[in-house]
Amino acid sequence: MNGEFAIDVRGMTKRFGHHTVVNGIDLQVRKGEVYGFLGPNGSGKTTFIRMLCGLLKADAGSGTCLGCDVIRESESIKLQVGYMTQKFSFYEDLSIAENLDFVARMYGIENRRETVRASIEKLGLSGRQSQLAGELSGGWKQRLALAACLIHRPRLLLLDEPTAGVDPQARRDFWEQIHELAATEELTFLITTHYMDEAERCHRLGYIAYGNLLTCGTVSEVIAGSGLITWSVSGPGLHELSMQLRQCAGVQQAIAFGNRLHVGGCDESALESAIAPFRREPFRWEKISSGLEDVFIHLMGQAKDNFAL
Amino acid sequence: MKHPRFSLGRFAGIILKEFIQMKRDRLTFAMILGLPVVQLLLFGYAINTDPKHLPAALLLSDDGPQVRSVLQGIRNSGYFDFVREVKTQREGRLLLARGDVQFVVNIPEDFSRALIRGERPAVLIEADATDPVATGNALGAIGRAVDQSLFNDARGPLDYLSVASGPVDLRIHSQYNPEAISQYNIVPGLMGVILTMTMIMITGLSITRERERGTMENLLAMPTRPSEVLIGKIIPYILVGYVQVLLILIAARFLFQVPMMGNLGLLLAVTLVFIAANLAVGITFSTLARNQLQAMQMTFFFFLPSILLSGFMFPFRGMPGWAQWIGEVLPLTHFLRIVRGILLKGNGLFEIDREIWPIALFAFFAVVVAVKRYRQTLD
Ligand SMILES: Nc1ncnc2c1ncn2[C@@H]1O[C@H](COP(=O)(O)OP(=O)(O)OP(=O)(O)O)[C@@H](O)[C@H]1O
Ligand SMILES: [Mg+2]
Repeated sequence: MNGEFAIDVRGMTKRFGHHTVVNGIDLQVRKGEVYGFLGPNGSGKTTFIRMLCGLLKADAGSGTCLGCDVIRESESIKLQVGYMTQKFSFYEDLSIAENLDFVARMYGIENRRETVRASIEKLGLSGRQSQLAGELSGGWKQRLALAACLIHRPRLLLLDEPTAGVDPQARRDFWEQIHELAATEELTFLITTHYMDEAERCHRLGYIAYGNLLTCGTVSEVIAGSGLITWSVSGPGLHELSMQLRQCAGVQQAIAFGNRLHVGGCDESALESAIAPFRREPFRWEKISSGLEDVFIHLMGQAKDNFAL
Repeated sequence: MKHPRFSLGRFAGIILKEFIQMKRDRLTFAMILGLPVVQLLLFGYAINTDPKHLPAALLLSDDGPQVRSVLQGIRNSGYFDFVREVKTQREGRLLLARGDVQFVVNIPEDFSRALIRGERPAVLIEADATDPVATGNALGAIGRAVDQSLFNDARGPLDYLSVASGPVDLRIHSQYNPEAISQYNIVPGLMGVILTMTMIMITGLSITRERERGTMENLLAMPTRPSEVLIGKIIPYILVGYVQVLLILIAARFLFQVPMMGNLGLLLAVTLVFIAANLAVGITFSTLARNQLQAMQMTFFFFLPSILLSGFMFPFRGMPGWAQWIGEVLPLTHFLRIVRGILLKGNGLFEIDREIWPIALFAFFAVVVAVKRYRQTLD
């Protein structure tokens, strides 16, 4: 299985009834890459991932996943993919060790005991291995799930919101681990997340809304591709200011970022003439380079115009 | 490597997992063991199908010494307690209608004289036969009891009466169902009923539970085959089924003194087919149902005809043809014949073999449906 892509699919489509949830998505992920998959709730991320590992039948689309046909060879794909579900889906009435052992048996791992033991140790749960999985805190459940996904040494990991509900330090550790695995073991990751700091740690990104892939590329490519100009403003009464700004032609968005307001638009001169009347005391204006979040909100706004019913 | 073959390792893994989960689910486990005990006690003790000391009323129009012997005979049968004496037939009917008494025994005028003349006078017994099972044995016993008591009296001047074809004409007014059920019949039958209920229910919940808890997504994302999952889920419960069988057999032997004429080894061997059939039905329901509630409903949908049309509740030969046809399809019907045959009649393999293959066939079809219906995707 050679070729540079771990995932190379085209036109992936899924409908539930008359509702097209994933609409002709093309996606390429290089081997050893950490690929971030972003999009608002209900945009079709989970559905797309499920199609990749054969859990849902695609209504249209073709391509390969680890060199196997994504439609017809899902059995082979399953052997080489680790899929971490969005909702914890290991057995809550089995202990940590029993869950890992079960997974190891399902993949027919040689050296099962040793592998499970090592995995528990790496997880840092040696003392609690006989605790029931259902009794773990949310963050620990996520860590257990990741460990279970890695047990059969997959070549591709599909992680669906792996850090939801995980504390900041643990999230950092988690991403350290992912980059280490990607670098040393040539593992490929497709990770969905709603956190911008995590998105920035990905090698490349894809952003999907209403089932359509709106943009993809590296962080700087995505930002540059959007052509969005952003001004940041601080001062009192920002909420009223944002209401007023949103009425102005040339201002496409005015979003609160902590105690600042980001005002953006694609037409630089139109934007500048729109904000000119407000460039006075007590406001302090500053032109900044757009961030990922600015861009995603911008994309989302455009998608609403294009695809929403 | 498109279709990885059935793997013993994975199969063993699933069995092990099911065992652990069963062990952790204390409540279900307790139910599995408690259900046979409760049902046995209810059906075996509380629900007595051969009740004695049934309340009876007496309408007495003659007072001769022979009448007293007839009444004594009726009392000695143990089935009748005379709780009331009535003056008219109407009064007796009222008591029957109200359910105050189960029987009215009517001894007409001139009974003694007619008896001595050998005219076979009538004793009229009116019975409340709304529950034929309750009155059946009592009515069966009364003729013998009366004959016996008169026979004891008859040595002497009334000797000639005992040669006659029965000195008294017993007229019983009731509809009576001749195939009455006894405890011997019920306790072995309970084995089949309990297995049907628990086996189907437990496996019926197994796949729907995985789906409802979200663990199905994980199970499907792993390279498992449908047959591994389905059969792997069945195996642990076969053992559970045998635990139930042993409980019931022990109770049958020591609590109810059910005779065990046949070969117990044969019974246990045939039981395997029956348990497997029920587990297969359960697992099939499990693949058809969308949630656990539906699985439960399907279980009862299957359980009701099983219990009603198999010959457990009602005599099989008493049912209309269409009901017998349905009954013949159900595994419980055949298993009841097998278990009663082996325990009560001492049947061997030769006598029961034609009851085994319908069960096996049923199991086979159920497994085929289950494997076909088992969805390997979440759609
Ligand atoms: N089995 C299903 N039947 C019908 N509709 C479904 C099914 N699964 C998902 N959907 C719909 O498909 C759409 C996309 O869902 P999906 O779970 O893929 O979104 P998502 O991008 O993962 O969202 P989130 O960020 O909230 O996890 C939603 O509108 C959802 O309601
Ligand atoms: Mg999702």
